[in-house]
Amino acid sequence: MTWLESLPLAVFVMIPLVIILIYALFAIWMERKVAGFIQDRLGPMRVGGWHGWAQSFADLLKLIQKEDIIPAEASKFLFRFAPFLMFAASYAAFAVIPFSSAYMGSNIDIGVFYLLAITSLLTISVIMAGWASNNKWSLLGAMRTAAQMVSYEVPTIMAVLSVIIVAGSLNLMTVTEMQSGNDTLGFLPNWLIFQNPFLLVAFVIFFISILAESHRVPFDLPESESELVAGFQTEYSGMRWAMFMLAEYADMLLLSLLGAVLFFGGWNSPFGGFMDGPIWGFFWFMFKGMILVFVMMWIRWTLPRYRVDQLMYLCWSILIPLSFINFVLIALWEMLF
Amino acid sequence: MIEIVQKGKSRPEMVINMGPQHPSTHGVLRLEVTLDGELVTHVRPHIGYLHRCFEKYGESVGDYGMVTPFTDRMDYVSAMNQEHGYVIAMERLLDIEVPERVEYIRVIMAELQRIASHLLAVGTFGLDLGAFTPFLYVFTEREKILDIFEKSSGARLLYNYMCIGGLMRDVDDDFKKDTEEFVRTFRPKITELQNLLTYNSIFIKRTAHIGVLPPKVALNYAASGPVLRGSGVKWDLRKNNPYSIYDRFDFDIPVGEGEVGTLGDCWDRYIVRVLEMEESCKIIEQALEAMPDEGDVQQNVPKRVRTKPGEIYARTETPRGELGYYIISDTSAKPYRIKARAPSFVNLSLLPAISRGSLMSDLVAIVGSIDIVLGEVDR
Amino acid sequence: MAKSTQEIFDYLKAAYPEVDLVLESAKLGDPWITIPAEHWKKIAKFLRDDSDLRFDTLMCLSGIHYPDEVLLAIACHLHATEKGHTLAIKVKVPESNPNIPSVESIWKTADWHEREAYDMFGIIFDGHPDLRRILCPDDWEGFPLRKDYVPQESYMGINTKYTEVEASDD
Repeated sequence: MTWLESLPLAVFVMIPLVIILIYALFAIWMERKVAGFIQDRLGPMRVGGWHGWAQSFADLLKLIQKEDIIPAEASKFLFRFAPFLMFAASYAAFAVIPFSSAYMGSNIDIGVFYLLAITSLLTISVIMAGWASNNKWSLLGAMRTAAQMVSYEVPTIMAVLSVIIVAGSLNLMTVTEMQSGNDTLGFLPNWLIFQNPFLLVAFVIFFISILAESHRVPFDLPESESELVAGFQTEYSGMRWAMFMLAEYADMLLLSLLGAVLFFGGWNSPFGGFMDGPIWGFFWFMFKGMILVFVMMWIRWTLPRYRVDQLMYLCWSILIPLSFINFVLIALWEMLF
Repeated sequence: MIEIVQKGKSRPEMVINMGPQHPSTHGVLRLEVTLDGELVTHVRPHIGYLHRCFEKYGESVGDYGMVTPFTDRMDYVSAMNQEHGYVIAMERLLDIEVPERVEYIRVIMAELQRIASHLLAVGTFGLDLGAFTPFLYVFTEREKILDIFEKSSGARLLYNYMCIGGLMRDVDDDFKKDTEEFVRTFRPKITELQNLLTYNSIFIKRTAHIGVLPPKVALNYAASGPVLRGSGVKWDLRKNNPYSIYDRFDFDIPVGEGEVGTLGDCWDRYIVRVLEMEESCKIIEQALEAMPDEGDVQQNVPKRVRTKPGEIYARTETPRGELGYYIISDTSAKPYRIKARAPSFVNLSLLPAISRGSLMSDLVAIVGSIDIVLGEVDR
Repeated sequence: MAKSTQEIFDYLKAAYPEVDLVLESAKLGDPWITIPAEHWKKIAKFLRDDSDLRFDTLMCLSGIHYPDEVLLAIACHLHATEKGHTLAIKVKVPESNPNIPSVESIWKTADWHEREAYDMFGIIFDGHPDLRRILCPDDWEGFPLRKDYVPQESYMGINTKYTEVEASDD
């Protein structure tokens, strides 16, 4: 295959990257605006004219210009490598997300399995960053993250599996397609969340878990700026730090989009056949994802932070037993109806 | 690489320096924390990073009046209270009676400052626990108080407004109106704060049963202010040992009751501050009503006060607790010795006693709940 | 019932007839009791534990320097929460032998106050568990609040001497 022949493939593969970059710039601006409105202030208003829309670009420019500082005693290779591994892991997971009925990076049958497996790499990159920095705060942040992400993977997976029982497929495109149309009563969309009362519980578990997985408040212990300075990112600056931010926002989007596929019909229009089609599908899909992202921001600017042992208690003593019980109940429901 | 010390048979421990540059040490406090995992086994506070030689200055500057600006700079978030304490000490030493109107203005200023200071304290306490939004809510209110101060004194943080025998200048014409307006709009904001932060279940989880300070220990450490009252000791100098004109007002002293946890935990210290703001509002309202509209604000005291040999220890209740000035005078125009007994200094000294065995995150909460101002700790 | 300093003085005199207690006062302000250093700790314990006195808090402990009499002193201000009385106490020691027993074991708050008095005046508190400098750096020379204090020339290569800078014309 010559490079010319592989060009369409490269473009095909790059589509999620473009989406992530545009989304990250938008989401950082949106985060500030949401924070501003919740806190009774304006947020960025200057850069670019209309409501400071270009603030993120300005920030990005600043970060690119910054000196790349690596601590003298740090493990140089791991320190440099960690941010890219983290972003690569987030980005790779987008391969199995069905953005629209016409576009999906890789239509594989074990999509959900692949996604959950590849996001586990995030944990490794965080530990890598924390350990390589040779900073005690980074180390503490990394240890917290490792414990938190590994623990919360269990309820996330249980909640996802509950959906998979109902959907009967690990392929996210198939899961989306089966949610087309309206339900038997005819007024609600045929989304999974409306199909089974226990799936509502599963969604709550899923949402709490993804908050913890993407370390958002109230589970932002890895970074918790008032305790650990900046957690595993303490020694990072400039572009490497920006990579972490990008990965974090990408991770937020990824998990929100996964939520949209599993519970809210993916790219299906909420109005049945109205405003349907590949382009509208993409719009609806991102719209649903962004709503979840917005809720995450809303929570972030409202709640205080959990303590590390309370976080573990919530996971192992509440969410995991609940998700197991819920799993059984969903299975029973599916057998009976 | 990072050193993890293993001594004898005990578990490996890590010594970590929290501060002097750390987001939640409220300035330049340095805590040398020994950690076992996330468990704090020992805390050693190191202070002095903000030592500006207040006492040496006090003995060296020109005269008694020139000490006042330095008192401002001790506890820079409640400068009015610091000045109030100093001028009261000097007036008691020299036996000066100040005009009625001055007393009322001083009390109103001191109580407004108390609200401003408590707002900052509860706001940053929330910030320490990861709640960012309440911080900005309370800052909006604090700004309004600073505006009132600015109109009368010309400054927003360090006022140099009170002087021995009176005030530097009379209050602004709008003072009464502004203050009334503030008190009226401020009350609903307390309720808002209660809804947003105080009874938030995560907030309660993070503060109840944490950093418990039993009343006996508190007294032995000479804790004062909300730290002492949080432990359920009903002790407030404004009530128990009234100075200025505090005996004329009707107000309560809120104490911690262990409502959501153990008596004397972080939440109790927090709630005492919130409730005190309401009491301060009461005092301000009564003072505004009784305040004479006209009158002199300067007693006839010479600019350079001359004294006889004497000694005084005068204490007042600042937002952080008992502020004492120990002044020894001689026949010269300067104090022979001036010592400030700063409440934050004393309150901070009990930190090792109440934080042993807590988690790293709790340590942050405990430091926040003690509400120290490093300017005052180091003087 | 709150006692005055005079009453407390008489009470202490009765309890410790052998100790040389002096009630003093200046022209202005409050009186105080002067206690010899060797009896200070014993009397401090009595002040705290006696059922009529119950001085449960040490409000303030300050060092003082009297260069004319070549003395160093501490002034302690005590307070009884239940009884409501207050008391000022001074303990004076010669500059050449500035040893005062520590009352840290009686009032915990004395810990930092005594460290400060040591830091600023060089008063040595016998029996203090951790007598280090508190506000100044550990390797600071001299005791800043003594009246005859001369600042060190430089600290860690930083010039500490204050020099008047001539105002330039521009």
